[in-house]
Amino acid sequence: MKYSEALREAQAQIMRYDESVFVCGLGVPDPKGVFGSTVGLEEEFGPKRVFDTPACENATVGMMIGASFQGMRPIMVNQRLDFTLLALDQIINHAAKWKWMFGGVQRVPIVIRVIVGRGWGQGAQHSQTMHALFAHIPGLKVVAPVSPKDVKGLLISSIEDDDPVIFIEHRRLYDEEGDVPQGIYRVPIGKANVVQEGVDITLVALSHMVVETEKAGIALKEKGISAEIIDMRSLRPLDMDTILNSVKKTGRLVVIDDDWKLCGIAGEIIAALVENDHKMFKAPPIRLTWPDMPTPTSVVLESAHYTTAKDIYEASCICLDRRVDPALFIDEEREQPFSGPF
Amino acid sequence: MINHDLKKKLYKEMLYIRMIEERIAEIYHPADEMKCPTHLYTGQEAVAVGICNALIEGDVVCPYHRSHGWYMAKGGDLKAMMAELFGKEAGCSKGWGGSMHLVDVGSGVMGSSSILGGTIPHAAGCALAFQIKEVENVAIASCGDAAIEEGVFHESMNWASLKKLPVVFVCENNLYSTSSPLGVRQPPVEIYKRTVSYGIPGVRVDGNDVLKVYEAALEAVSLARAGDGPTLIEAMTYRWREHVGPNYDYSLGYRSKQELEEWIEKCPIKRVSDVVSEREEELLIEGFSKEIDEAIDFARQSPFPKPS
Repeated sequence: MKYSEALREAQAQIMRYDESVFVCGLGVPDPKGVFGSTVGLEEEFGPKRVFDTPACENATVGMMIGASFQGMRPIMVNQRLDFTLLALDQIINHAAKWKWMFGGVQRVPIVIRVIVGRGWGQGAQHSQTMHALFAHIPGLKVVAPVSPKDVKGLLISSIEDDDPVIFIEHRRLYDEEGDVPQGIYRVPIGKANVVQEGVDITLVALSHMVVETEKAGIALKEKGISAEIIDMRSLRPLDMDTILNSVKKTGRLVVIDDDWKLCGIAGEIIAALVENDHKMFKAPPIRLTWPDMPTPTSVVLESAHYTTAKDIYEASCICLDRRVDPALFIDEEREQPFSGPF
Repeated sequence: MINHDLKKKLYKEMLYIRMIEERIAEIYHPADEMKCPTHLYTGQEAVAVGICNALIEGDVVCPYHRSHGWYMAKGGDLKAMMAELFGKEAGCSKGWGGSMHLVDVGSGVMGSSSILGGTIPHAAGCALAFQIKEVENVAIASCGDAAIEEGVFHESMNWASLKKLPVVFVCENNLYSTSSPLGVRQPPVEIYKRTVSYGIPGVRVDGNDVLKVYEAALEAVSLARAGDGPTLIEAMTYRWREHVGPNYDYSLGYRSKQELEEWIEKCPIKRVSDVVSEREEELLIEGFSKEIDEAIDFARQSPFPKPS
């Protein structure tokens, strides 16, 4: 099943048994149904529970908060994460604060689905990840699943959660296939996934970067290097225990983060590890992040902007003090190119 | 239409809120037991009281930082409010909110926000939920005149009009945002007329006339409840004391003592004081005073929350 279908199935299955759940956002009921993730929901659940909204992200989040006061569990969808920045007042000043500011008297069980763009010249305002910004805020939960199985299980957990959840999806993953269990199941928020066990080096990534990291893992394996690959899945809460246990074992770390370096999650992970025990590192840890500039549009510039499997492979070799051997590397040609327009 | 009993009820509720606010002003300094920014409602009582009396059980209000009047008018518990102002565990928000963040879910007081316009979409969202659930309740969004300048006000109006949501927007126009007068912030178009572009009714009322506010609220609430969509009520009023805190602030110079005195002449409580005899008034004051004493004692004696 595709990632997009897993998203749709999670919503449909929950909506069948919980009448308090509704889905809204610009384009939710349109024929393309947010890249397939809401297709057919309006037909099944009707326009009262699946509907288009005006283009007013801040009021929409505010209205989801208000609806949640009346026992609803709203899901809001933004076709690009960047649009969600218009709603930071309601997300940060309101949704995130409510449980705390009123001593737990009112809760805000809302899910804000946001989609990160990449490729086909999405450019500076259609490709931001911003997960570190949201993860900075107490009162929010932030997840960014990569596999179809996790995206369904985590969306179900997010809808059932009593806190506001920023649910970060990636446009490039929408057509990725994977096994997805039938029926309702939950992937817990706040639990990382060890995608591949290894002993030589720990590679920590999230969302689409897990795909690149897995490719790098294959190349490293061919070089005889056993990499442990960890998919964060959740940024708040962040599962530091899983990362800590891994780095204690390997002593080497590369964090791959589709985001800017300053004040990012990669730095946060390394800082938390150093605080715990700085002696666990056999070599300086490495952060692989975006250059310190917005995403460019031209295909050549854009390609240079993103971290690739090759970059991860090379950084791993450096961290392991091993010679970089490009001949062993399985090139990124394996990736299906993304064709737009959106 | 408004009988004597109702008029008396409105009077009593306004008097009660006035006495609470004035007592807070009296004891705020130098005791400094209430260590939170406190925006007093003195002078504006007719708005919350007039609006809330047009509501029924299940209706909700989503207030803003000048929250005491709305909280009390909608049936909030005074002891829990006082304890909140004192930062105590027994406070309505368990000491986490303070004066600007009051809540009483059972009475229909949704949490109040200190971000301008912050709870306007919350009211629209409550109304959306009422519509989805097919219950005939109404939500009130209350705000001051500066919130009209925020984008979220217009976003909420647009959506509420589009879906005919059962929400009533109440703007308490007290002419100032902190010390910035309306004229330096908005073009000379009356706030209630902004609704023209959204195709919904906008009305301006004398916000110091509780009967007029009540009548306007009754009409707006009936429309909303009947599925005929939202209304904006602009209630012209005036805060007597400083933006935040217990003092008078005409000495700052942004408004004159004469202007204040003119508005004090238009006191909303005095305007309906003929509903009670002098003796009745004395008894009311005595009773309310005792209740306020008890609430303050309760707040003082309550334990602080424990830092965890």
